[in-house]
Amino acid sequence: MSEANILPTASPAEADVERPLRRLVRMYAESRVALFGLALLLVVILAALFAPWLAPQNPYDLMQLDMLDGRLPPGSASGDGRLTYLLGTDEQGRDMLSAILYGLRISVGVGVVATLMALAIGMALGLAAGYFGGRFDAILMRIADIQLSFPSILVAMILLALFGQGIDKIVIALVAAQWAYYARTTRSAALVEGRKEYIEAARLLGLSTPRILFRHLLPNCLPPLIVVAALQVAAAIALEATLSFLGLGLPVTEPSLGLLIANGFQYLYSGRYWISVFPGVALLLLILAINLVADQLRDVLNPRLQSQ
Amino acid sequence: MSAQQPIQAAALQQAPVNTPGSEPATGPLLELRSIRKTFGAQPDWLERLGQRLGWLQPAATVQALDGVSLSIARGEVVGLVGESGCGKSTLGRIAVGLHAPSSGQRLWRGTDLDALPEAERRRVGLGIQMIFQDPYASLNPRLRVRDLLAEAPRVHGLIDRPQQADFVAALLRQVGLDPAVADRFPHQFSGGQRARVGIARALAVKPEFLVCDEAVAALDVSIQAQVLNLFMRLREELGLTYLFISHDLGVVRHLSDRVAIMYLGRIVESAPTAEIFSRPAHPYTQGLLAEAPTLKVEKKRFLAIRGELPSPLAPPRGCHFHPRCPHAFERCREEVPMLGEVAPGHVSACHLHAIGVEASSVSEG
Repeated sequence: MSEANILPTASPAEADVERPLRRLVRMYAESRVALFGLALLLVVILAALFAPWLAPQNPYDLMQLDMLDGRLPPGSASGDGRLTYLLGTDEQGRDMLSAILYGLRISVGVGVVATLMALAIGMALGLAAGYFGGRFDAILMRIADIQLSFPSILVAMILLALFGQGIDKIVIALVAAQWAYYARTTRSAALVEGRKEYIEAARLLGLSTPRILFRHLLPNCLPPLIVVAALQVAAAIALEATLSFLGLGLPVTEPSLGLLIANGFQYLYSGRYWISVFPGVALLLLILAINLVADQLRDVLNPRLQSQ
Repeated sequence: MSAQQPIQAAALQQAPVNTPGSEPATGPLLELRSIRKTFGAQPDWLERLGQRLGWLQPAATVQALDGVSLSIARGEVVGLVGESGCGKSTLGRIAVGLHAPSSGQRLWRGTDLDALPEAERRRVGLGIQMIFQDPYASLNPRLRVRDLLAEAPRVHGLIDRPQQADFVAALLRQVGLDPAVADRFPHQFSGGQRARVGIARALAVKPEFLVCDEAVAALDVSIQAQVLNLFMRLREELGLTYLFISHDLGVVRHLSDRVAIMYLGRIVESAPTAEIFSRPAHPYTQGLLAEAPTLKVEKKRFLAIRGELPSPLAPPRGCHFHPRCPHAFERCREEVPMLGEVAPGHVSACHLHAIGVEASSVSEG
C-alpha cells in the first residue's frame, strides 16, 4: 500500500462545505416574514407554557371569579380593585387575558399531542406500506383514500358523537382524522427512497429489516413529513377550535380558544366585542405563526433547492 | 420457448449440488444455473377475479432472464457485457441475492444458497457484495463515512467499539482515501471519492466476491481509470473475485479474464478476453466490436447492428438476435440456438456454428 495511492486531503474549500443543519438555518433566516413567524410562534408557545405564572387570574378556579365583574370592557378595574381586566371579562366575570392564556395552553397542547400521535401512527403504517408494498399497502391506501374523501371535521364529529366529550376523546378524534395525511406522505417518500441503491446496499450488508427501516429509510423520509406535520398542527388546532365552537369539543369548565369564541359570540351584536374577538385574534395569530414557519420549512426542505 | 430450456442448461457441465457444510476445494465460487426471471407478478385470486370479470387487463410480464447459466471461479474476473435492457443488471442483482430468480439455482461453493435457512444465508451472503452504479444514490446521505463503513461490521460482531476508529482508517487507506475524512458526510465528496467510499463499505464485511454493476459508468474518464486500477489492486491484495457488469467493452477488456456477452436475457457468447476480442464467434459480438470506436483513421463503414433491442415484452421467436442479424436464415426464426463450444473455453450460441459456417467469413464474402 503505497502513499502515492492516497488522495490528497480535500482542499480547504471542500472541507468547508456547510453541515446540512447549518445550511437549513441560514436558508430559513433568509426570509424576514418567516423569522417574524418563528418569533411570534415562540412568544405564543411560551405564553401558553407559562400561563399559570403570567395570567393575573386562574380562570378555572371559580372562587377567584366575581359574577359582578361580568362583561366589563377592556381596561376596567375589578370590583375589589385588585386587578385591571386588560382585555375585559366574559359573562362570568372571567378575565379574558387569563382565559386566553389558559385557552392557548389547551389549544397548543391538544394540537401538538394529536399531531405527534397521528405522526407516529401514520409514519409507521406509511413506512411499512412503502417498503413492503403488496396487499398491505393496497388495503391501507384504500382506507386512507376513503377517509380523506370525507372532510376531517365530519370524521371528528362522528367520533365525538360516539365517544362523548373530553380532552382525551378530542385527541383521539383528531388523530383519527389526520393519520392518513402522514401515512400517505411517508409512503410516497418511502417509495422514492426505498428504491435507492443505499437501501439495497444495506440489505446486502445483512442489516435487519427494522434497522433498515428506522436508521436508513426513515431519516431520509423526514423532510416532507416535517412540513406536513407543521401544517397539520395548525389544522389540528383549527379543527379543535371548530369542534369546541360547535360545543362538541372540550367541557365548559376548561375552555379552549374555540369555546371562548363561542361563549362571546352571542354578545357580538350588543357591542361586547371583546369576549369573542380577543380569543379569535389569539387563535388567528397562533395559526398564522405556525403557517408562516411551515411555509418557510417547505421551501427550505425542498430537495430541488437543496442541491444548489 | 420453455421446451428449449433443458437444451441450454444441459450444454453446461454441472457439478453435483453439495450438501451445506462441505466445501469443495475446486469448482466455481459462484455458479448460476439456468436462471430465469420474469417481472410482472403472478396474479393472485383477487386479480384473477378482476380479470375474469373483465375489469382488469392481464398484467404484461417481462422475461428479463431466459435460462442463463454462468459460473465464476475463485479469483476470476468475469466481464458481463450487453446493451441496456438486456438483463445484465438483473443477473447481477440475482447473483448477490437482491432479486430472487423465478427459477434456477444460485450455488455458492457448490451449496444452494436459497435452500439455506435465513440466518445462515444472511451470514454466507456477506461474502457476496455489490458495487453500485450511482455514487450519489448508493450512500445514505444521513450517515457519516465512519458510520457507513462501521455499521455492518459492528452489527455482525466483526469488530467492537474500541477497534472501530482503526478499522475505518484502515479501510479508507485501502481504497486510497485519507482517514481524516471519516467524519464527513457523503455530500462532501466528489463522485470518484464517493465511489471509493462505496467500495470501502462493501469491503468492510470481508467479501470474497464483488459484483460491480456499471461501477464506473457514472464517473469521469480520468476517474474511471483510477477506480479500475483500485479494483485491480484490491484483487491482488485481497484475492477478490469479480463479476464486472458493463456496457463498455474497453472497461471490460482492461479488467476481465473472461467475457460473457448477453443479448435480451440470454448469454450468447463467453470466452477468455483475448479470444473474444480477437476471434468473436457470434454475429452479435462481432457487431458490438465493430461498433466500438477506435482511434485508427481509416475509412470505416458503419455496418453496425441495425435496429434496436426488441421489446422484452414480446421477444422474437427462435434466436433473439435474428431480426437484427445479417446472417439470419430460416432455422434462426424457429429454434433457439444453444451454447456450443467453438474453441476450448469459448462457447457461442449461433446456428451458423452448427452448419460449419464462420460468421466472419460470411460477412467478408
